[in-house]
Formats: sequence, structure tokens, C-alpha cells
Amino acid sequence: MAFNYDNYLRTEKMPTLWCWGCGDGVILKAFIRAVEKIGWEKDDVCIVSGIGCSGRFSSYVDFNTVHTTHGRTIAFATGIKLANPDKHVVCVAGDGDGLAIGGNHTIHGCRRNIDMTMILINNFIYGLTNSQTSPTTPQGFWTVSQKAGNIDPTFDACKLAEAAGASFVGRETVNSPKKMEKLMLQAMEHKGFSFLDIQSNCHINLGRKNKMQSAMANLDWIDSNTVSKKKYDAMSPEEQLNLFPTGILKQDTEVREYCEMYEEIKKVHQGERKKITQDDFAKKI
Amino acid sequence: MSATREIISSGNELAAIASVDAGCMFFAGYPLTPSSEIMHVASDLLPKIGGAAIQMEDEIAGVAAAIGAGMSGVRTLTATSGPGISLKAENLGLAQMCEVPLVVINVMRGGPSTGLPTRVSQGDVAQAKNPSHGDYKSITVCAGNLAECYTETVRAFNLADRFMQPVFVLLDETIGHMHAKAEIPTVEAVKAGIVPRKTFDGPADEYLPYGAEQDQPAVLNPMFTGYRYHYTGLHHDASGFPTEEIETCRKLIDRLFQKVEKYTDEIESNEEYMVDDADILIIGYGSASLAIKEAINMLRKEGIKVGMFRPITLWPSPEARMHELGQKFDKVLSVELNQGQYLEEVQRSMGRLDIAKLTKTNGRPFSPSDIIEKVKEL
Repeated sequence: MAFNYDNYLRTEKMPTLWCWGCGDGVILKAFIRAVEKIGWEKDDVCIVSGIGCSGRFSSYVDFNTVHTTHGRTIAFATGIKLANPDKHVVCVAGDGDGLAIGGNHTIHGCRRNIDMTMILINNFIYGLTNSQTSPTTPQGFWTVSQKAGNIDPTFDACKLAEAAGASFVGRETVNSPKKMEKLMLQAMEHKGFSFLDIQSNCHINLGRKNKMQSAMANLDWIDSNTVSKKKYDAMSPEEQLNLFPTGILKQDTEVREYCEMYEEIKKVHQGERKKITQDDFAKKI
Repeated sequence: MSATREIISSGNELAAIASVDAGCMFFAGYPLTPSSEIMHVASDLLPKIGGAAIQMEDEIAGVAAAIGAGMSGVRTLTATSGPGISLKAENLGLAQMCEVPLVVINVMRGGPSTGLPTRVSQGDVAQAKNPSHGDYKSITVCAGNLAECYTETVRAFNLADRFMQPVFVLLDETIGHMHAKAEIPTVEAVKAGIVPRKTFDGPADEYLPYGAEQDQPAVLNPMFTGYRYHYTGLHHDASGFPTEEIETCRKLIDRLFQKVEKYTDEIESNEEYMVDDADILIIGYGSASLAIKEAINMLRKEGIKVGMFRPITLWPSPEARMHELGQKFDKVLSVELNQGQYLEEVQRSMGRLDIAKLTKTNGRPFSPSDIIEKVKEL
């Protein structure tokens, strides 16, 4: 029997604002399947989104949903989660949203390691506002704000997340919905901050001036840029240069989750345990 | 008068204690002189009662996390000074638009920019009226003495839940760092006065979080309780979802005004000090009122009858009462630690421009002698 997405969708809000052929719908469906698999009650889930095409994600799913300001998803989610540590919080942000205007929150969200999942929908462009350069736009691409060719260096969201201390980092693309669903499930099951770079197509506002006018052309381009982590690790640095590895890139189950540690803070203040010291942590500096 | 207790503390500490007594369970903020003691005390008191306090990565995240907690249904606080409000402004607009109750304490220091971080000003009074872009109606209270750092913070939490929006509490460096004995209500009295936000308890499919009457705030049930709805900073309809429908958009912003404007009697609070027999009226607020009172006492010993009108709620302003007083008094002097930010409101309310002013923006508080000298010039 076909999977019934309607149980998780606000069907009265359809059709979505997303363009015909946009990958965001594929991500939405993979996410819904992952939630079904993990078995979360809809009432216990909060989806926090920012501004951009990805920002509309929250309005289409039948959970507790928050459409926040540009770039601030993790900050709002931090308040929601810390005040309700037994509930499930998922952030959905775009590449401009989560890496440019909200970059600071992404860094500190990864570092703090609160148990939540951040789905960064990365389409390499500001799509909703018609093709301005994003932090992931490849150099040499046409954008409406750099018509002579983008000179801003591109950055790798997963490397940022790893360096900032995210305890789970992964990447998939809309070309592999089943793998994406599995990765989302693993990320949501992970106790700690999980960061996902989910690469999606925007043939309308990335592709149209960069020789990828169709969804298929844009998807082929994403496919040509990505390779499984296993294959990636076997490559020479020269071969790795223009490729993004996919799959689970990092998972550390030793790092302590913030809300759990905060419970210890409560115990200190309630006189139930001694102050937290360096000895409570494996890593001393 | 409800039961009281005496406490030796500072203005900032009292504001933090008041928050916890008023049922606040969450604090998020960022260190900012001269407000940081509020975070310091909140981070001790909240975990003790099962709440949480978190120092975020910046001011923007501080208010965002506080709003997030507020969206989830708990009483929530952030504290900062003027530069922090500047950074928090956009998200404060979101809280106005989404109607999320939140208390924002601003311990004012000299500005603009980095200004005078450790010195006093009342330079954020205009900012408190409209920190964010767009149209909404600010509710701002201003403590004029140590005890009010406590009582006005408590009141702010109740106002936030009543009107479902952020409420600003203005302290300033002088009053925030003043350390002395204060007489404040007992915890029991404060708890007895807590009026939590309204909730809807009918069937979920009939719930319209923003379906309020035109003069009423949104009814936002706590998250995770079976009423799954949507918050957005976009214009939204009764269900909470984005819309650009002309009439719905008009009614939304009208309602954000009317829910406050129609009930200013629930918000307004003033002190009138020796006004009845006075010949000269001073209008002042916040810590400046301490020097004004002392000046009035000294002037009266010389036979010069001066009184003070002190708005405790600055926004919405007590325009009707100020209008009456403007008719009654020939000589009116506005005293504030800025270049006359509230003076404009006094002029507007009184319908006259001939209001004398005494202002100061060098980071130092008024001394009574400043005020006595000015009054004698009138």
C-alpha cells in the first residue's frame, strides 16, 4: 500500500509555494517518512523554520510549527527545546538562512549539542528572492547580484558543522530520497545536535542562467558533485577537490547532550550534587 | 495593601527575583552592562525551581530563545541594555506579530552606540516605543525606585500574558545598581496575583489561535498539548497561516493596536507627588524622579510649591491625565536623562509646546540642585 503522507500534511495548504520540479517536496516527503518510522507523536514535535523557500516547510506539516525570522531557527528552537526537553525539535533552514545571516547560530548550535536536528536545505542560491549569491553558490556561477560571475568562495556546510562540534553530521541529495530518509531517521535518533546538508535543486533561480534550465539538468549537476563517503575516503585529495561526500560524515555518541547536562545544573542548584567540574568531561580543554 | 517584606538588594537583582516570583521559568540573554546581574541571578534561581537560564551566542539569539520558550507556553524573560535592544529589535517585532508574551528588561546606559556602558541615561525611552519596524503598540513600564524594580517586573509578566505581547521594563544604570533596603510584596501575594494567559479548551479542530475579537489578543495554547498550530511573522489569518487577503491583513494590524488602546486603563500607572497644591509641575520618571522628589521637598521648605507627575507606564502614555494637568498648570517642567524623548509625548498630550525642559546626557544622574536651579529660573 502506498504511504499515506496526508496524515502528516496540512493538505488544505496545498499546493505548496515551491516551483514545479523543486526538490523541497522530495525532502518534505522523506522527512515525513522518517518521522513515521521513528514513531514520534505529532503533538510532541515542533518544526522551526526560517526565511526563504525552505521557510515554508513548517507551514505544510501537521506538527507544532514556527516560521521565524531569517537565520534564527536554531536560536528559537533552543528556547523551545530547553523549556521542553522531552519534546522533539527539528529546524529547517536554507543555505542563505543557516549559513549566512544565521551562521553564528549554526556554529553555536553545533557546539552546544542540544538534542535537535537541523535540516539545511542547500540549493546553492537565494531562490525565493530571485538568484542572489549564497554562501554555497559555486565560484564562477552567474547570480543576479554577481552577474559578472560569482567570486565569493564557496563553503562546505558539513565541514563547518563538524568543526563547530556537531555530534552528528551528514549529507544527502534529493537524487536519493530513500537514502535521505534513512539519514534523517539516523539523525533524529541521534541524541545530540545533528546537522544535515540536504542538497536540492533550484533549476528556476540557480539553473536558468547556469546552463541547468531543467530540474533534470540541475539534479544531474548535483549528482556529479557528490559521491558516497566510502568512495570519497578512498580518493586522493586532488580527486576529492570538487566533490561532496554523502552519508553519515561524523557521529560522536560520547559528547554529552546539553539538556541532559542542564539537568545536572538543576541538581547542583537544588543541593542534590556537587558543582560540575572538569572531571565531569572527557575532554579537559 | 497586600502583605510585604523587606529585602536588601539591588535593582537588577530585584528584577530577577521578581521574575521568578512571578512564575518565570525561562531566561535567555547575552551579557550586557549594566544589565548582566539580571542574568547572573536568573541563572542561579531558575534551575533551582526546575526552570532554565541560558547565555546565548548573541543578543539576537538571546531574545529568540526567550521567545521560543514563550511560544511553547512558559513565562519567559530576557534582559539587556540599549545596544542589545537594537540587536533584538527584529525578533521583538516577530513577538509583536505572533503575539508571544515576553518580558524584556532594559537597564539603560548612555548611548548612542557603545556610549557610556557603565553610566546612566534614559536614552532608550523612544526606542522602547518602536524598537522594531512596522506598526504595533508598545507596552513599557519604568521603575522609579528600588521597590518598583520588583513590583513593575511582576506587573510586566501579568501584562504580557494579558495582552499577549512583549512588555518592556525600563530600569537604568542608577536604579539597576542601587543597593539598599526595599519593601516589596511577599511571594505569596505575588503568586496570588498571577493571571496566566487565556487558553482554549474546546476541540482542536475548532481552535483559531488568532480568531480573537478586534479588541482582544490572540489565544495561544501551550505547545505540545494537542493544539497544533502555526506561528509566522507574515500577516496571518485567524488560523495563524500566512495570507495577503486585504481585509484580513487590515484587521490583524488594527487588532494589534486595538487590543492595547481599548484597555489602557488596565495598563496605565502613575504617581502624583504633591501635585494638588503645587504651582509648578515637574514631569519625570525612572531614577530621575528620585532627585526630583528631593528637589521638591527642598523647594517647598523655601515656600516654592512644586509637584511631580510620574508616569510609571511610559507607553502607552497617560495622555488624558497629562492633558488635564497641562490645562491646570501654567508652568510645566519636563526632566529626563536624554535630550527630551518623552518631552515630545508630554507636548503632544498637553497640546502645547511651552514646556520647559531639563535634560542631561553626560552619563551622570541629576542632583536635586540641578532641578532646584532650573525651577528657580522658570
